[in-house]
Amino acid sequence: MQQTTAAPPARDPVAIRIERADHPPADPSPTGSAGSAALSVDSEIVLELQDVSFFYGSFRAVKDISIRVPARRITALIGPSGCGKSTLLRTMNRMNDLIPNTRIDGRMLYHSQDLYARDVDPVEVRRRIGMVFQKPNPFPKSIYDNVAFGPRINGLRGNLDDIVESSLRRAVLWDEVKDKLKQSGLALSGGQQQRLCIARAIATEPDVILMDEPCSALDPRSTLQIEELMAELKENYTIVIVTHNMQQAARASDQTVFMTMAEDRAGYVVEHGPTIEIFTNPRNRLTEDYVSGRFG
Amino acid sequence: MSAASPAAVAVERGLRARSIDWRGTVFQLLLLASLVLTLAILATLVVDVVQRGWPVFGERGSDFLSSPLSTRPASAGIAQGIAGTALIAVFVALFAFPLGVMTAVYLEEYAPDNRLSRAININIRNLAGVPSVVYGLLGLAVFVPLVQGLAGGTGRNIISASITLGVLVLPIVIITAAEAIRAVPRTLREAGYGVGASRWEVTSRLVLPAAAPGILTGTVLGLSRALGETAPLVVIGASSTYFSSGDQSFLESLFGSFTALPMIVFGWSTRPQDEFRALTAAAIIALLAVTLAANAVAILLRNRYERTW
Repeated sequence: MQQTTAAPPARDPVAIRIERADHPPADPSPTGSAGSAALSVDSEIVLELQDVSFFYGSFRAVKDISIRVPARRITALIGPSGCGKSTLLRTMNRMNDLIPNTRIDGRMLYHSQDLYARDVDPVEVRRRIGMVFQKPNPFPKSIYDNVAFGPRINGLRGNLDDIVESSLRRAVLWDEVKDKLKQSGLALSGGQQQRLCIARAIATEPDVILMDEPCSALDPRSTLQIEELMAELKENYTIVIVTHNMQQAARASDQTVFMTMAEDRAGYVVEHGPTIEIFTNPRNRLTEDYVSGRFG
Repeated sequence: MSAASPAAVAVERGLRARSIDWRGTVFQLLLLASLVLTLAILATLVVDVVQRGWPVFGERGSDFLSSPLSTRPASAGIAQGIAGTALIAVFVALFAFPLGVMTAVYLEEYAPDNRLSRAININIRNLAGVPSVVYGLLGLAVFVPLVQGLAGGTGRNIISASITLGVLVLPIVIITAAEAIRAVPRTLREAGYGVGASRWEVTSRLVLPAAAPGILTGTVLGLSRALGETAPLVVIGASSTYFSSGDQSFLESLFGSFTALPMIVFGWSTRPQDEFRALTAAAIIALLAVTLAANAVAILLRNRYERTW
């Protein structure tokens, strides 16, 4: 069992939780002791959701979500279309604040601080919890300016050139673009654009990177590149990824959260735990059906 | 293949048209006729004007462009009109552009979507359709006394005329700027918010640069409308007869009598002397040239900055 010793690159107080997850699964069937949603001991929790529900107006999109996101691991959210995975992801960095008439119930804790507390600034939240979107959306600016945008508006610490280079290196894009930093970001291929978006997200030195189906608009080769990139990124960042691609979740993630839609069209968590267990030894019948492709 | 099988022949026959599409043809001819009619009317206008007015340029050339207004046709020129139109262009741009763009930014980016903001939007569209003479009366009632109070004199000067025309085109600028801002894809804004930009940063660094081509085009189109409006100028009291502007300082001329090309066209068209017919046509040519130039600038700007997302 490894000890997590290094403090994360965060500016916030850190609460280290050393306990087993004890949330009961949504399905009341008996749980085997070996299959309980255990996190490795001493694993630090970055995000904790406690009975979170999210409403668009009066429609409840997700209900009673209680999960924990461990630090420097890849947590995958899987489930059939429309079950609220993207909605849930977007609550984690308050992107849904941009949509009028929405509401959240329950508590969303980031390093034990309530993200939705009255005096929390969503702009500061999004600096620390970055996002990569489904369709690559680089700014219509040069590659350099794309990556430099975040640091520039957030107050530069350190040399901008160095920040841009290190972000592009960490996104495994530097070698391909180092001679054309002034070219438009939109002139790159799809896979390169997505890596540029990842570089742009990590330039602000976030704690967490949220990825909303980042590979669904890419070809298989670019998809593989991004997955390899994610494996490297998790050494420094916590990653939460929504994916439709079950093989990707099985390959790339450490933890998996399986969601589905209830009768009232609200999404809920059926089961969550280590990826290995979800895919080879799921406790819940629905989970087993989904991962073996019987629905979704 | 020489021998065609019966099946192939049947297919070939089946693929051929059954009969001539009469209705379609007639419809197409009607559309063509409408186009030809429209173009013919416009062509008649242009040809008539050019026929009448071109000799003036031929005979007097640059003298026509540099002479001041006069009651004698032989020495009347449009110099003061050109100066007036140019000044109106500058002042209207200075007034309507910042005000219009900021209003559009507020309506699109900051205002909450409630009944009040929807009502405001509808009313701005209504204002764009108000007849220009009504704006002229507004200018006479409000802006003329305002300028008179601030700067003395009669208040009927190019400043009050420019403010009036600025207000006239303000709805157009707001509407086109708002549409340009709305056309900026949501994904661009999301990307900005995603890296921790505030609403102001997203608006100023991402949305406005992306909407700039559309905003510019809208402003130029609004401007070219302002340059052609006559009724407000008539109501506020632009001159079409002689007024002295030679030995005044620039500032004095701003607050004194003034004129502009549309006013000259209107004024000369009512003169009894026959020679003024040709002069009117020549002034119309000048006005058309200005309008065409403004529209050309708008098209050039739009083409130059057009981007695909």
